[in-house]
This record gives sequence, structure tokens and C-alpha cells, in this order.
Amino acid sequence: MVNFIIDGKKIKAEKGTMVLEAARSNGIDIPTLCAHESVSRSGACRLCVVEAKKGKRAKIVTSCLYPVEEGIIIETNNERVMNVRRLVLQLLLARCPESDVIQDLAKQLGVDPQPRFTPDGDKGKCILCRSCIRVCEEVVGVSAIGFSCRGADKAIGTPFSEDSAVCIGCGACAFICPTGHIEMETTEETRKIWGRTFKMKSCAVCGRYFAPEDQLKYISKKTGVPMKELAVCTNCR
Amino acid sequence: MKKAKVEAKTKEIVKKHGRDKTSLIAILQDIQEEYNYLPKEALCAVGEQLEIPISRVYEVATFYNSFSLIPRGRYLVEVCAGTACHVQGAFNLMDRLQRDLEIKRGETTPDNMFTLEEVRCLGCCSLAPVVRIDGNIHPYLTQDGIPKILRNYKTGVTK
Repeated sequence: MVNFIIDGKKIKAEKGTMVLEAARSNGIDIPTLCAHESVSRSGACRLCVVEAKKGKRAKIVTSCLYPVEEGIIIETNNERVMNVRRLVLQLLLARCPESDVIQDLAKQLGVDPQPRFTPDGDKGKCILCRSCIRVCEEVVGVSAIGFSCRGADKAIGTPFSEDSAVCIGCGACAFICPTGHIEMETTEETRKIWGRTFKMKSCAVCGRYFAPEDQLKYISKKTGVPMKELAVCTNCR
Repeated sequence: MKKAKVEAKTKEIVKKHGRDKTSLIAILQDIQEEYNYLPKEALCAVGEQLEIPISRVYEVATFYNSFSLIPRGRYLVEVCAGTACHVQGAFNLMDRLQRDLEIKRGETTPDNMFTLEEVRCLGCCSLAPVVRIDGNIHPYLTQDGIPKILRNYKTGVTK
């Protein structure tokens, strides 16, 4: 167990816990976009910055990637932290002016669009946090999507911007995306994601369309459960 | 280009480097050496061989400026746009090359002979302004010197 202080509150936590988790489990809120419990951390959105004071030195760190240490003093919303966080949000706002999630966050922190940061019109709502790539690799295990290019041209997508042969249409990327950049259109019988249309399977019992056929095939292949068993939706099982 | 042929060649290159994902960049460099660009079939084959997802291979291939996913001409013409070359008027060389080759930067001539590109420093600032064609450095180049050099490459004198 490690003893330390967050916002003047004495806190104990397991060694190896990140500051973000320790704060959250003690009711201290730190805003984040890219931290999600089911995937590894990347520290990409930079919104979770806090000030960590160790001895005489105080530095700005991303709390989602900073493990707790004995005797450190964390401040989550002093002036220095808020300045950094506001700047990060100003930049995010300039990148994705249309994202309602970022607009809400900006309103909460009192951040206005800055004339010195020209808003981008071609980036959609993507903040390049890599959450979708990580979920596709770590949780789903197919790695159908990835970044392309770099710098100002960096974008998320399938290789060669073509229909991915390995995508199973599970929609995990659209689910985890913090800003709603990834579009998934679901009708009764079909689901459209990354430009490809998937046929949905209807439940053998209730007849409800519940999952893409490709996803069920993939699960069957991976777990060895026969397709017949998977053809029944979770409600009817 | 035949798909099977590209795949066989890729396999050969992968074998040379060992089937380890840390040699991905070296493998891509060798493929580029072979074809002057990275064919899609080769990228897919590399992914299969090294057992890494194609999306990762594509990430690496598009990240580095030295890799090209579109076919390049036989000779790559690289105009240095580093500081030393720039102050010595490299942009004039670029203008002249664009005019003479009748292409814009980043494009390839219709006869597939030349691809024109702008690069940052080539590491020989004392020779500024510099143009590198097919790996050969042409130092202290002036606009007037360009037609002769291009002619030499076209007729194969320098090869």
C-alpha cells in the first residue's frame, strides 16, 4: 500500500495504481476522453493532466499514466493544472469544432474557441486518441483499422481506405470512440461501418436481428462454440 | 505486375531478414528498392509473412516520407530544400525541373522515367544547391545545367 495526497485528501492505494483511478475511487473527478477501462492507456487526449509534487519539485503529468508513489502530493485543479487543461481543450476544440462532447467539456471549463487556433474542417470529430485501434487489437483481436500518414494528415481508417477483409462489424470501435467520430449505421437487417455493409443475423428463437453474421463466425472460430448455439440471441439463451 | 510474382519476391526478401516483426522497416526498404515503390500486394504479403495485421504495416508504410505507395519512375529526382540549398536558390531548380519534366512535385512523368520530389537536407550543404537523381548527387547545380543532366539520364549515359 502506498500513502499519498490528492487535493489535500490522504489516500491509500495499491502499488501500481494510476493516479486517475485512485482519484476516481475517492470521489475526485478528473476529466478524460481517451481513458477507458477495457483497453490499455495511451495518454493521448492530455485532458487528465494533474500536478504531481515530489519533494520540492512539482511537475505536470497525465494522471492516467502516472503510477502512485509514496508521499507524492497531487493537485487536480490548481491554477497551473487548469491553464494546461484549458490549453489542451482549446486545441481539441480547434481540431473538432463540431464535436458536442468537446463542446460540453469546453463549456464546463469555460473555454471559448480561440482566434489564434484556426478551426479544422476536415478532421471530423476524431482526436486521434487511438482508442478504436486499441480496442480492435486488444479486445476484438482483428486489428482491422489503423492510422495512416502522420502530422496534419494523420487519420483513422482501414488500410488503403478500402473495405477491410478482416473487420467483423462488431462496432466496438464506434462504441469506444469518445467523440462519436466513427459512424455506424444500423438498420434491421444490415449494419454499415467503415464503408462495408454487414448482414445481421436474426435470433433463431425470437427472430430479432442481434449481431453481424461475420462477428458470430469469428466468435465461433475463436472459442470453438458451434454456430448453432451462437444463432440464439443473449436474451433467449 | 503479377500478384504471385510480387508475393514470391516479398517472401524472398522476408526470408533474408528473418521473420521478425522488428525488421519490418528494413523489409519495406528492400521492397521499395526492388519496385521503386511499395505495391499493395507486397504490403499484404509482408503482413501475412510476419504475422502482423495489414493495418499496422500500412501505418508504418504511410508514416515515413521515404516510402511511396504510388508507383515511381525509374529515376527519382530529389531537389534539396534544406536551408543551405534554399538560400542558394533550390526553388529555382524545382521550378525549372517542373517545367522541363512537365510535371508537378510528387508526380511521375508519363513515360515512367522521372519522379520529382522535394526533400529536406541531403547532408551535403557545402555543395548547395543540390539535386539527387537516382542516388547521384549533382552539386552546385544551376538551372542551365538541368537539361543536359536530364538528357544524360534519358539516353542512359550516366547509368
